[in-house]
Amino acid sequence: MPDATATKETPAAVTLTGVSKTYGRGAASVRALDQVTLSAEPGEVTCLIGASGCGKSTLLSLIAGLERPTAGEVAAGGRVALMFQEAGLFPWLTAAGNVELALRARGTGRAERKQRAAGLLETVHLGGFGKKRPHELSGGMRQRVALARALAADADVLLMDEPFGALDAMTRDLLHEEVDRITAGRDLTVVFVTHNVREAVRLGDQVVLLSSRPGTVLERYEVPIERPRRIDSAPVAELAGTITDRLREEVSRHGT
Amino acid sequence: MAHDTIAGLDALDLAAEAAPGGAGARAGRVWNAAWPKLAAIVIFLALWEILYLAGWKSLIFPAPGTTLSDLGTQLSSGQLWQAIETTLGRALGGFAIALVIGVVVGSLVSRIGALRQAVGSMLTGLQTMPSVAWIPFAIILFGSSTSTIGFVVVMASAPSIANALIAGVDYTPPLLVKAGRLMGLARLRLHWHVYLPSSLPTFVSGLKQAWAFTWHSLLTAELVVLIPNHPSLGILLDSDQQQADMPSTIAVMLVILILGVVVDGLFGLWNRSIQRRRGLE
Ligand SMILES: Nc1ncnc2c1ncn2[C@@H]1O[C@H](COP(=O)(O)OP(=O)(O)O)[C@@H](O)[C@H]1O
Ligand SMILES: [Mg+2]
Repeated sequence: MPDATATKETPAAVTLTGVSKTYGRGAASVRALDQVTLSAEPGEVTCLIGASGCGKSTLLSLIAGLERPTAGEVAAGGRVALMFQEAGLFPWLTAAGNVELALRARGTGRAERKQRAAGLLETVHLGGFGKKRPHELSGGMRQRVALARALAADADVLLMDEPFGALDAMTRDLLHEEVDRITAGRDLTVVFVTHNVREAVRLGDQVVLLSSRPGTVLERYEVPIERPRRIDSAPVAELAGTITDRLREEVSRHGT
Repeated sequence: MAHDTIAGLDALDLAAEAAPGGAGARAGRVWNAAWPKLAAIVIFLALWEILYLAGWKSLIFPAPGTTLSDLGTQLSSGQLWQAIETTLGRALGGFAIALVIGVVVGSLVSRIGALRQAVGSMLTGLQTMPSVAWIPFAIILFGSSTSTIGFVVVMASAPSIANALIAGVDYTPPLLVKAGRLMGLARLRLHWHVYLPSSLPTFVSGLKQAWAFTWHSLLTAELVVLIPNHPSLGILLDSDQQQADMPSTIAVMLVILILGVVVDGLFGLWNRSIQRRRGLE
């Protein structure tokens, strides 16, 4: 337990120490994560990359407290919000209703809810779309509502699980800019999972490469590239190349 | 600059939406839905007329015209209306009570693992049990009274309502449950804000079936549990049978058929409006 004064001074961060996770028991058990130790610095964006099935989603579930580690320790300071590849919006509520429910769950009063939900939708450039239902919005717009909903939780840690994986390239680029802008304005620690190496380099202050089956930390890269960044800029492509080579090496190890 | 690009993309995304049709298109849709039904009614009446003209059971089997004019007479006399009011009132009252019981029981059984193990299959058993089987039990408890009829109706409908809710809760996408949990919703609040609204489409389709149980069991009960001085559709049918009044019997049957279909249709409309609001069509 961190003491209260310490958490007040430094914004919340995430630390995993020797974390392992095994699903199931006996012969049918799956070892998803093995001895993972990593930390996400306060106010920074940490990107996790790795081949599919290497335990990235499991790692986020552990940080979010949706699952318990089999061994090791997970510490997430402050409130945690999570975004998935699918927006996961409630289809019976409007866009504004979805954001308001997150506020209501935290005990925000009715009048303030309306106002803050409108403000949060404005933040993600959906000011005029509060009355729309999720099915009336495009995939990118739904993801932005999900982002507004996650921000409504007033989280200190925002976990994003391949949130833009299903979007077209242009929408994704724009949402990267939004993530930059929104996280810069708040003391938000972000853990962003992707299997797209360039996206990881584009967004991250650090990129953590996970190995497969079971997942362990293979390598950690600092990203010293100045913001604003572009996904198609030379420095991003160069570092992404280095990381991709390392990832390929790891994946081909499984083929032999 | 980013803002403008985003607004532009959004506008392009939403432009693909279909423009809603005008009044003409709506009238066309109504006609498309209505004509097969009208045709079926006409064919039914024609077959009936043919059967009558062929002279099958000619002494007792009435012509459609005779029956319909008998129905007209009864509708203008007032007693039929009173019977309809009594029977429909019982149906809606019984259904409402069953709804409350079914939702509470269904909620508990769907969310509490041990309860599901204990009574889950019993609910299905109760649902398949013929409602007549409850009648002796109810008469011994309540005598020949409205309570007996209400009890039979509730016992027939509530299990099916509970099962509809359980099915709906089971269909709740795990992603939505996760999203709710992450917001900090748990237990009753998670049930109220996530499981219940999510199960609504499945639940309402289930209610159609529950309504069929209500209507079946109510008429069974009304025919068996005769409460004097309380005209109901069951009582009318019973007295028609006593007097071997075939036109009136068929007239009352038609009323029962139509009422059942109308309420079923209302559930259908409700169901479709839910689906449309959620983009499930
Ligand atoms: N709830 C679960 N039960 C059993 N096995 C699981 C469960 N969740 C994930 N796994 C397994 O754990 C491994 C890692 O999964 P996941 O964390 O989803 O990987 P990633 O997100 O990197 O694709 C996979 O082999 C997967 O099959
Ligand atoms: Mg995953």
